[in-house]
Amino acid sequence: MPILAQAKKAVNGNSHRQLSELTLLKVPTGVRGLDQVTHGGFPKGRTALVCGGPGTGKTLLGLEFLVRGAMEFNEPGVCMAFEETAEEMTTNMASLHCNLPQLIADRKLIIDYVQVERKQIEETGEYDLEGIFIRLRHAIDSIKAKRVLLDTLEVLFIGLTDEGLVRSELRRLFHWLKDAGVTAVITAEVGEKTLTRWGLEEYVADCVILLDHRVTEQVSTRRLRVVKYRGSSHGTNEYPFLLDNEGISVVPITALGLTHHAYTEKISSGISSLDQMLSGEGFFRGTSILVTGSAGTGKSSFSAAFANAACARGERALYFAFEESPSQIHRNMKSLGMNLDRWTKRGLLKIFAARPTSNGLEGHLAHMYQGIEQFNPTVVVVDPITNLITVGDVPSVKAMLTRLIDYLKTKGITAMFTNLVFQADVEETAIGISSLMDAWLVLREISYGADRIRMLNLLKCRGMAHDSRMHSFNLSDKGIAINGNNYQAIAATQTRS
Amino acid sequence: MATTTKRSPQRKQDPSVNGKRKRPVWELRLYVAGMTPAAVRALDNLESLCEEHLHGFYKIQVIDLIEKPTLASGDQIIAVPTLVRRLPTPVKKIIGDLSNTDRVLVGLDLRPAAR
Repeated sequence: MPILAQAKKAVNGNSHRQLSELTLLKVPTGVRGLDQVTHGGFPKGRTALVCGGPGTGKTLLGLEFLVRGAMEFNEPGVCMAFEETAEEMTTNMASLHCNLPQLIADRKLIIDYVQVERKQIEETGEYDLEGIFIRLRHAIDSIKAKRVLLDTLEVLFIGLTDEGLVRSELRRLFHWLKDAGVTAVITAEVGEKTLTRWGLEEYVADCVILLDHRVTEQVSTRRLRVVKYRGSSHGTNEYPFLLDNEGISVVPITALGLTHHAYTEKISSGISSLDQMLSGEGFFRGTSILVTGSAGTGKSSFSAAFANAACARGERALYFAFEESPSQIHRNMKSLGMNLDRWTKRGLLKIFAARPTSNGLEGHLAHMYQGIEQFNPTVVVVDPITNLITVGDVPSVKAMLTRLIDYLKTKGITAMFTNLVFQADVEETAIGISSLMDAWLVLREISYGADRIRMLNLLKCRGMAHDSRMHSFNLSDKGIAINGNNYQAIAATQTRS
Repeated sequence: MATTTKRSPQRKQDPSVNGKRKRPVWELRLYVAGMTPAAVRALDNLESLCEEHLHGFYKIQVIDLIEKPTLASGDQIIAVPTLVRRLPTPVKKIIGDLSNTDRVLVGLDLRPAAR
């Protein structure tokens, strides 16, 4: 047996070495997130197919592939545009802060508009599409292009009657592209039963990307999926993506797993008496903290105090507000003695306010992801996550939060989420998300005689000896103060203040 | 009413209508990619057709795109051989080896009635 095992091992080791030498080379697309989803980009020297319905961003993805290549990877690109003229493309890309004329002047990009108009073309016998080949070859040679976009070849099927000829010429074109050593992207419209209307996927079988634009309950979400990637592993999920003034960004959060690093460093909650309950120092860095409570128990105040403390340490905090506007938060926290204005001015605090209904869940996730990538905070507050339920059902909210938390953890970001609950089921978070959280702070109000007393307790705090008793607290212009668990004393302080 | 009376004298002055006596010279361009069999056939067909219908009133320019690839985009050439009628306007485009004479004549607005 040991001999057999040894032999097996030798064979495996050998094939491994061979495999690594044969591994498919990839070209980074430069499109944010897409390289993570495709584990490195598009297959080098081959052709990738981007398909999707009208208005899903196919052309834009292709153009961004060319522009990023020209600007970031020193790989000039050629775009053969069958549908839009160079002027139209330039205008479209200008709205994305992308100066195509400059790239063209620098000889890093060529846009060749190919007009195929059936009305103007009379077919009178045998022909081939060498004209396209010559134009493409000439464009590639003149700027030594490494990337090619063909947008979209389907026009040929509409413009020419001889479908068989078009097909055989396309087959020749893809072979030719392979021989030319360029990495190409072709776009195609989705079909009803096939992936693309004209079955282009038959010819381009190496890498197929599907774009989708769905509207559910009046909220639209764009999604991207790698349908096929021959010879490579890739993320298989549908990933939300954004089209904004900086182009396309894909959110590959689902690709993450439970591999994040666990920090031993602790950071202050911003409330010294709460830190006392947390073994004297605060929460672990990189953990996720849930704050639940009924209306008016001070959830936002706790999260603002947490962000405030981060800024006071000189760290950056990003506050996602789904209920209040930034100025409202500033004003309210001033009444608790917290001056958040100064952090905003110093660029340490950023409040990102949006109505929950302004986006689908995926859209929110994508925006959050983008905000985090840009601002690079160490502390993130989401206040409150409850409101997101209005735009999604419970399982999808939970899925989204899992992805967000995974993402934050891999980045080592400490996050605080608030969640509104009703008095009766204070310990049942509506979304059942508590299992995702490392620490859970419960706020509630109880009646004591004629008084309402604010109480808190740490329901859980993973990996740390903590004070799990009930404590009362009050909010004043000096901030949040935790008083202790003597009810009578508590009642007394509450009446005094 | 006023518009129709204004237009009718203009239409009479249009040179394309009374240009039957003064025949304009046709400018034809044949785009090829090397002298392939199809290209040779196209040129043969074109020459005999022009002799028959446009005797003395045509010019043929053959453009080999392998030698002059930059000229392909100007006339929006995708297929070869392609025949482009530059003059008279409007510009007409015919692809193929021109072996289907009827379609070529229709494509060039040369009615067989010229016989």
